[in-house]
Amino acid sequence: MPPLAALYVRELRLAVRIGGGAMMGVLFYLIVVTTFPFAIGPDLNLLSRLGPAILWIGALLATLLGLDRLFEADRDDGALDLLVASGRPLELLVIVKVAAHWTATGLPLIIAAPFLSLLLAMPVDVTLATLATLVAGTPALTLLGAIGAGLTVSLRRGGLLLPILVLPFAVPVLIFGVAAATAVAFDPAAFRTPFLLIVALTLMAAAISPIATAAALRNGLD
Amino acid sequence: MNQSFPPFRLIVQALDVERGGRRVIEGIDFEIAGGEAVLVTGPNGVGKSTLLRALAGLSRPAGGCVRFLADGVADPDEVGRHIHYLGHRDAVKPALTVHENLAFWQDFLGADGGEPVETALESVGLVDLAALPAAYLSAGQRRRLAVARLVAVRRPLWLLDEPTAALDAASEASLVRLMAAHLEMGGAVIAATHLAIGLAGARSLRLVAGEMA
Repeated sequence: MPPLAALYVRELRLAVRIGGGAMMGVLFYLIVVTTFPFAIGPDLNLLSRLGPAILWIGALLATLLGLDRLFEADRDDGALDLLVASGRPLELLVIVKVAAHWTATGLPLIIAAPFLSLLLAMPVDVTLATLATLVAGTPALTLLGAIGAGLTVSLRRGGLLLPILVLPFAVPVLIFGVAAATAVAFDPAAFRTPFLLIVALTLMAAAISPIATAAALRNGLD
Repeated sequence: MNQSFPPFRLIVQALDVERGGRRVIEGIDFEIAGGEAVLVTGPNGVGKSTLLRALAGLSRPAGGCVRFLADGVADPDEVGRHIHYLGHRDAVKPALTVHENLAFWQDFLGADGGEPVETALESVGLVDLAALPAAYLSAGQRRRLAVARLVAVRRPLWLLDEPTAALDAASEASLVRLMAAHLEMGGAVIAATHLAIGLAGARSLRLVAGEMA
């Protein structure tokens, strides 16, 4: 198996086995989203209007939940040393690890979202628009979170510091994601601009995150 | 693992390494060529591990340089792809089986010329446990799994940090045999240890309060 594919497969295996975080995120997502109707009450119009926002906040929190273990587990058992010392570009390894983490934790959220949208009485077009924004936007969350995970890798109990570091940068993704999804209900044409902005944010994160994360990891190794 | 390594040298010049703002290693010079072994000795905290980590490229030196010279090596400062680093921690994932653990490192680090996974596991006596999740291994067995990496992936220079930690007498002897075989093939070994490893013809590099004696 080619080296990077081997890393990707290993990450996925670890995520779905005991102690991995793949199902935790989606369970947490389920809990957060199902709690909202109880808090808001049985007003279906209000629920369906808030639907995209609820799905997005749930996705944001669920993504942040598993990110602290992205590099910490490898650091604890010494695997990170070997990955860094292997002589392969660390930036590339970061991209592969982030891609695997997104597959294991981000993709299940997107698959669960249509079912959860039923609980929130969301119309079909808004559900589809929310799905599109989640597909375009959650990679940005994982990429931004990787920077935080890299920065906190050498800290014990850095798990809580990570959301504090990452959330401010994730807020624009949230704003445009919800804006695009809610716009569909009123004016389908208004979907385009905020959606393109999410795509732009994801591309920006994809360009910056590997470099910043690799730099943070190299510094954190000492 | 039959053919021998092409000749190479690792040259360390005026190496300074800082750790936590304190200069731990100061002005170390040495050279090692294929077929040689160096045992780094010294009391606790003198910087044996720090030296090995700096050689592996894991901590950036505060001064000096580490260069790997051999035919066909374009960038001598790129030491990482020629070495094996065996640190305190074994890089064994408890959730993966013994076989998966080793197979991953072989795929990731490159299998060219290394022994197949089964043979490597056999050389450290773990072949019967290949299908067992590594979580069930004892400390010594985890260490042996880490040692199997040295056999499964072919690299000319081994950097071993307390390689015999947690190993029993029999496994220690088999590790020394592996090291001797590696030297015979023209490989080199730098091992940090405070125990005497019975390796014939090894030079000793004794660190004393951050300097070479």
